Amino acid sequence: MTTPDPHAPVQLSGPVPFRAGGFAPRVIPLAGAATLIGLIALWQAGAMAGLIDTLFLPPPFAIATALWNLAVSGELWKHFSASLMRLAIGWSAGTVAGLALGLAVGLTTILRSPGMAVVSALFPIPKIALVPLFIIWFGIGEGSKDITLAFGVFFPTVINTAAGVDAVPRSLIRMGQSFGLSRAAIIAKIVLPGALPSILAGFRITAAIAIILLVAAEMIGADRGIGSFVLAAGNLYDTDNLMAGIVVLSLMGLAVSFVLGRLEKRLLRWR
Amino acid sequence: MGEGSRVGLALTGISHRYRALQVLENVSLTVAPGEVTVLIGPSGCGKSTLLSIAGGLLKPDAGRVEWEGVLAPDCLNPFATVFQDFALLPWRSVAGNIGLALEHTELTKPKRAVRIAEVLELTGLADFARAWPRQLSGGMRQRVGIARALAVRPAIMLMDEPLSALDAQTRALLLDEFAALIARAGTTTLYVTHNLAEAVRLGHQIVVLSRRPGRVRAIERIDLPLGDRSPEDSDLRAIESRLWAMIRDEASAAEKEAGHDHA
Ligand SMILES: Nc1ncnc2c1ncn2[C@@H]1O[C@H](COP(=O)(O)OP(=O)(O)OP(=O)(O)O)[C@@H](O)[C@H]1O
Ligand SMILES: [Mg+2]
Repeated sequence: MTTPDPHAPVQLSGPVPFRAGGFAPRVIPLAGAATLIGLIALWQAGAMAGLIDTLFLPPPFAIATALWNLAVSGELWKHFSASLMRLAIGWSAGTVAGLALGLAVGLTTILRSPGMAVVSALFPIPKIALVPLFIIWFGIGEGSKDITLAFGVFFPTVINTAAGVDAVPRSLIRMGQSFGLSRAAIIAKIVLPGALPSILAGFRITAAIAIILLVAAEMIGADRGIGSFVLAAGNLYDTDNLMAGIVVLSLMGLAVSFVLGRLEKRLLRWR
Repeated sequence: MGEGSRVGLALTGISHRYRALQVLENVSLTVAPGEVTVLIGPSGCGKSTLLSIAGGLLKPDAGRVEWEGVLAPDCLNPFATVFQDFALLPWRSVAGNIGLALEHTELTKPKRAVRIAEVLELTGLADFARAWPRQLSGGMRQRVGIARALAVRPAIMLMDEPLSALDAQTRALLLDEFAALIARAGTTTLYVTHNLAEAVRLGHQIVVLSRRPGRVRAIERIDLPLGDRSPEDSDLRAIESRLWAMIRDEASAAEKEAGHDHA
């Protein structure tokens, strides 16, 4: 084969080749659910065929049975309600405090640099490491767990709220001023709604953080709660119940994500 | 509207600097009641700054802004601003955006609704009251901006390049609508533009600012009523070329200075 002369002109004719395929994945309805169901079926089949040691990884059917028994005996509700309560109190407290400081950091000169300095210094501390300290400070009861959650939720909320406030276009605030809106009205009608997308995105992150910290705090010192239940089941090699607890946790995560998704759809329908 | 407020502005000896940057130097001008005063001048010469100062949104380093005249009882805000980037709240509907300018006034809710409906009608937005801003074209968005300003029945309208974010056809359409709305409401208007066709279409008084620091370089008067101005009018074309000659000198000198700054 002779090498083509690089200086020879290239003849073109016919249709221009299409060069812009890919990079646009489409959503196939139900494909996600079908995949999950398929994996669970495979798991069950593997266990029934003896390919998976059921002590190490119980099959889906055994987990479902354990869940059912827990629900019927009232055991599930005892642990679940304790966890839910901590989640609600800890997350709400951290969120309210985080929103307040985040707004202050975003809106005031006095609090901006000091607030961000404190947040930057404390945010990277792994909050789980603080649980023993909080138990010393606040006792082994609910207080230390609520504080751990609130603490973990607080910092990302501050950061997301302040970032959301910063992202509100200055021109909108000037518009409010030029139409004679008061400072409070500008915050309520322009700054807060403008920061809402960022605040709601922060909720997704803080909800996940809260669930992680919840389990960690319950494992360190609690006799109620899904975290302590999972730990106790592990100590007894009761993998059926252990996995049932994990399923409950992942369902909690799914439920939170569903609720936040609905909230975003409702509150951000203008987008 | 019509028999509303009649307020004029007098700016005397306005100077302003942003840190080391002298932006305006000893600018004096009067804005007669019921007239449109157009500010033109090279980019960066301080037109927007002067507009903010005139509207009480920025304190000048030196000089005074005074007003004189009568406010109609239905005027809810002596000033209203129309923005280059429209400045609409994306989370409020068209009617909600207009309502924003009225919410903190003493107007009752039903009266606010009446005013909103009125200005929607006036600006051709009646069918879009419930639309979100993102659903509107640029021209429609700026109509909302105008409607919001008109809703407070201002004595003085401040308009900073309200058409420059729009395409040429939309600009031409809206320009005629502005002319009609302003002529009808008789609102004193301060209008900033780069576009000389807009200047001669709308201006009773055209103030040419020099390059930065902005000083008043010339003032051109056009007494022809807004309703009688056609784009082909030879007097207007002559004024436009005269303005262009002045602006071109200032702009090219400003360009060269900027070049030296960077060298
Ligand atoms: N808040 C500010 N701080 C510092 N400098 C500013 C500020 N606002 C404007 N400037 C500068 O002051 C000068 C005048 O600005 P201004 O916006 O008044 O000019 P302009 O005539 O409206 O310009 P353009 O035609 O580009 O809109 C510009 O050089 C601008 O960069
Ligand atoms: Mg400007």
